[in-house]
Amino acid sequence: MSNEIAVDTGRSIDMVEGLPGIVSDWSSDQRAFKRVPWGKAMMWIFLLSDTFIFSCFLLSYMKVRMTTTVPWPNPSEVFALTIMGNHIPLVLIAIMTFILISSSGTMAMAVMFGYRKNKKVTGLLLVITALFGASFVGMQAFEWTKLIVDEGVRPWGNPMGAEQFGACFFMITGFHGFHVSVGVLFLIIMAVKVYRGSLDIGRPGLFTHRPGDYEEIEIMGLYWHFVDLVWVFIFAFFYLW
Amino acid sequence: MSDAETATISGPAHAPEDHVEGQEHPISTYLWVWFLLFVLSVGSYMVDYMQLQGLLRWSLILIFMFLKAGFIIAVFMHMVWERLALSFAILLPPLVLLVFIGLMTSEANYTFLSRLTFFGGP
Repeated sequence: MSNEIAVDTGRSIDMVEGLPGIVSDWSSDQRAFKRVPWGKAMMWIFLLSDTFIFSCFLLSYMKVRMTTTVPWPNPSEVFALTIMGNHIPLVLIAIMTFILISSSGTMAMAVMFGYRKNKKVTGLLLVITALFGASFVGMQAFEWTKLIVDEGVRPWGNPMGAEQFGACFFMITGFHGFHVSVGVLFLIIMAVKVYRGSLDIGRPGLFTHRPGDYEEIEIMGLYWHFVDLVWVFIFAFFYLW
Repeated sequence: MSDAETATISGPAHAPEDHVEGQEHPISTYLWVWFLLFVLSVGSYMVDYMQLQGLLRWSLILIFMFLKAGFIIAVFMHMVWERLALSFAILLPPLVLLVFIGLMTSEANYTFLSRLTFFGGP
């Protein structure tokens, strides 16, 4: 990679590497995030704010779990399933975890083949990622149904222990499931854009009106990996703790 | 102004940028991280399956969690290849959450003790 970058004045400035580069990038009186498309920097800012939203949910969960004087329901037992006569703890959540990690892998591959301008493989990988995401939401719906109908869990109480369990569970997994659903929607939109060649000819986007480019897949990928990232934390703190 | 001069002023400003900003890395890097994420997930599930308890359980949960999160951010989200100006702008702000956790922990202890005092007991 060259050590210079073209800027909007048409002149090139020196790129400073390492820690001094932070100062020089931020004080360069031009764009602070160099070698990054603008949409990508903005997606990162959005994900940062989303981080704080999910952190607030997980922290409020931490607080109610610490303050309750009633025992907390054991997630290992609550989310156990009996499959073919075997009682396996937490098995559905484990499957959901593997599905989401698989989808992260296919998304990373889609980004890579996108930059190679391989439309067929990129589109196929995006569709596979969307299918993984949809099956994740489907399993979540199954889990919610099981908890609400069979076990009588409500946001205000449940037969297993602390009342706040239901409120935390529905709030946290519901918000995450919503993120996955939105992601699936945008994966399908992106797959259509790839297949019809919108990213090759720079066709303007429906919402943004900015010319299409294969960078869009990487930006979409950032969102999708973030959804996986949030699940890592939910899995650790809510299901395993 | 001739065409050549116009090109030097406005021409190169946009064209070269469009091609240097994409991230391309070998497929083996992604496959390795993908494999590691699977291994780490099996590890964190095993923590529950083996019913490990106490400090061992919590430390293993946290170690697996941070390793998974780190691999996803660093490789899948390309953070190791970004310039430090972006990495620091995104990764440093969440550290204030540590203060939030501290505040909520001491608040939670207070609430818990109040509940025991006023609502608890036989």
